[in-house]
Amino acid sequence: MREITFSEATLEAMREEMERDPRVFVMGEDIARQGGIFGQFKGLPQEFGYERVLDTPISETAIVGAALGAALTGMRPVADMHFADFVTVAMDELVNQAAKIRYMFGGQTKVPLVVRAPDGVIRSAAAQHSQSLESWFLHVPGLKIVIPSCPADAKGLLKAAIRDDDPVLYFEHKALFKVKGPVPDGNHIVPIGKADIKRKGQDVTLITYSIMVGRALEAAEALAKEGIDLEVLDLRTIYPIDRETIFESVRKTKKVVIAHEACKRGGVGAEIAAILAEEMIYHLDAPVVRVGTMDVPIPFAPVLERHVVPNVETLVAAVKKIA
Amino acid sequence: MVRIRAFETRVEELFLAGRIPGFVHLYIGEEAVAAGVCANLTASDFITSTHRGHGHCIAKGAKTDRMMAELFGKSTGYCRGKGGSMHIADFSIGMLGANGVVGGGFNLATGAGLSARMRRTDQVAVCFFGDGASNRGTFHEAMNFASVFKLPVIFVCENNCYASTTPTSYACSATNVSARAVGYSIPGVTVDGNDAEQVYVAARDAVARARAGGGPTLLEAKTYRIKGHFVGDPEQYRSRDEVLERKRDCPIERLEGILLERGVLTPADVDAAKKAADDEIEAAVKFAEASPDPKPDEAFEDLFVSLPGVIA
Repeated sequence: MREITFSEATLEAMREEMERDPRVFVMGEDIARQGGIFGQFKGLPQEFGYERVLDTPISETAIVGAALGAALTGMRPVADMHFADFVTVAMDELVNQAAKIRYMFGGQTKVPLVVRAPDGVIRSAAAQHSQSLESWFLHVPGLKIVIPSCPADAKGLLKAAIRDDDPVLYFEHKALFKVKGPVPDGNHIVPIGKADIKRKGQDVTLITYSIMVGRALEAAEALAKEGIDLEVLDLRTIYPIDRETIFESVRKTKKVVIAHEACKRGGVGAEIAAILAEEMIYHLDAPVVRVGTMDVPIPFAPVLERHVVPNVETLVAAVKKIA
Repeated sequence: MVRIRAFETRVEELFLAGRIPGFVHLYIGEEAVAAGVCANLTASDFITSTHRGHGHCIAKGAKTDRMMAELFGKSTGYCRGKGGSMHIADFSIGMLGANGVVGGGFNLATGAGLSARMRRTDQVAVCFFGDGASNRGTFHEAMNFASVFKLPVIFVCENNCYASTTPTSYACSATNVSARAVGYSIPGVTVDGNDAEQVYVAARDAVARARAGGGPTLLEAKTYRIKGHFVGDPEQYRSRDEVLERKRDCPIERLEGILLERGVLTPADVDAAKKAADDEIEAAVKFAEASPDPKPDEAFEDLFVSLPGVIA
């Protein structure tokens, strides 16, 4: 299979969906003339025009709000947030409007809106350009949240998000954009709501997603040398959570570590730990271990940044606690 | 206008009698704005509304029986009882929803305008908002965005002198909200919002301009909120005299006077219109009363189109 970068994979998804459906368009800051800060929109306006690949003013509120208005009136917009941190500027549009409109209006309309939000820690981007905010939205009924870990899933999930008739938040880790991986040709779709076992193992299940999947696979290699067989479960979708795949893995290994780059407190790991406590407690042979970034804004100094974010060693240590 | 007044008058009674749950924000005294603007729109044009939205719904063509049922929280209501007074929508006539968030509709209207442009239709989008909403950041972002892309959007400020309990003169840096249009290089027009004709003419020009590709207009209609912010508001922030004084300038009576004077209507026509409106609203109340409550299971319906949302 050919190998392309995560960024190219999202570009392919956009191109294919824009070709397939004239209602699909994308708007955001610096996406058309500049091609996106991670190259994820390069060449699109030349192919589809500057109206369907629309450079906007720096107005996240207007971008998400207008995308929503367009979604309600016959279009299938993709809104780009530049950095996931700036989603906070469009919080009302996402949380009070997009998430509620279908329900609040009794199912009169669909909300085929995708919001792309590049998240995660990259080198010393510091506190306002490094956040992972997915758990905030996990708390909001009415939003679907996807978060790919590799180029193939990046393409497949973005295509699924664009075809979905509900609002989907698409988080994409900034440090993954340059990562290469095999991506199937053609109409490759990864269904929303379906987790993926990225490595089969017998001893412990490591539930994770996004950039931590790569770190988890590295940790698995290190642990294998010590005789610990790690199963790596990539959630791929934060909501709806794929409970079946999680439960199946837990029934097998009976031990769980949950890891994410977002802060540990109130994170996705907390939700999954609670689900396991409610429904799987008798299958567990050890306490659930959570791994997340320390509860501080991401610091600037490289040495501090490295210190607060979980790495391969953190994961190895967490697994060994219960293995 | 008389249908809006009849609806609102009856809703006030029903709310005070404990028959309608939640909060109700009445539009009494502001009818000329919704009526004057919407008379220029077709069913395929879009509007976004506010938490004081009954008038906009009726003027855009919504059915008063389904509106009343929604206010009662019944399953026959526009939103199957999930929205209530603050969240009535009728997408079949381009009414994209009332909004409980002040200033929440600006960018939705902008997006509807963007969509109309991209789909190559001549539809326009009208965003109704209050003087209070004009102080929100969404106002600025939508105004700039719509102007930059010359979108077919008409921003209609209903300046009713109060943002909840706060006087406009206290909280708004501009005497005329329309003056702010200068900063966005779009026309800003202020009209007497109690004069239906003035509103109609100004909206007609703005709509024509938008349809022709001329871009957005900021239209400010100066009016007055006769009733409190919500039904039951003790109204400690203004004097009774002020309200009585302003109440004399009734937009419906004004229009009546004009139409009678010009011989467009006879007094019998006026009475007939009012009687028809009262009858319609009584029928709406009966429909709402006779309608079933939603079933508890319906609480989980209509959240998503599909869950988990897998599409091939």
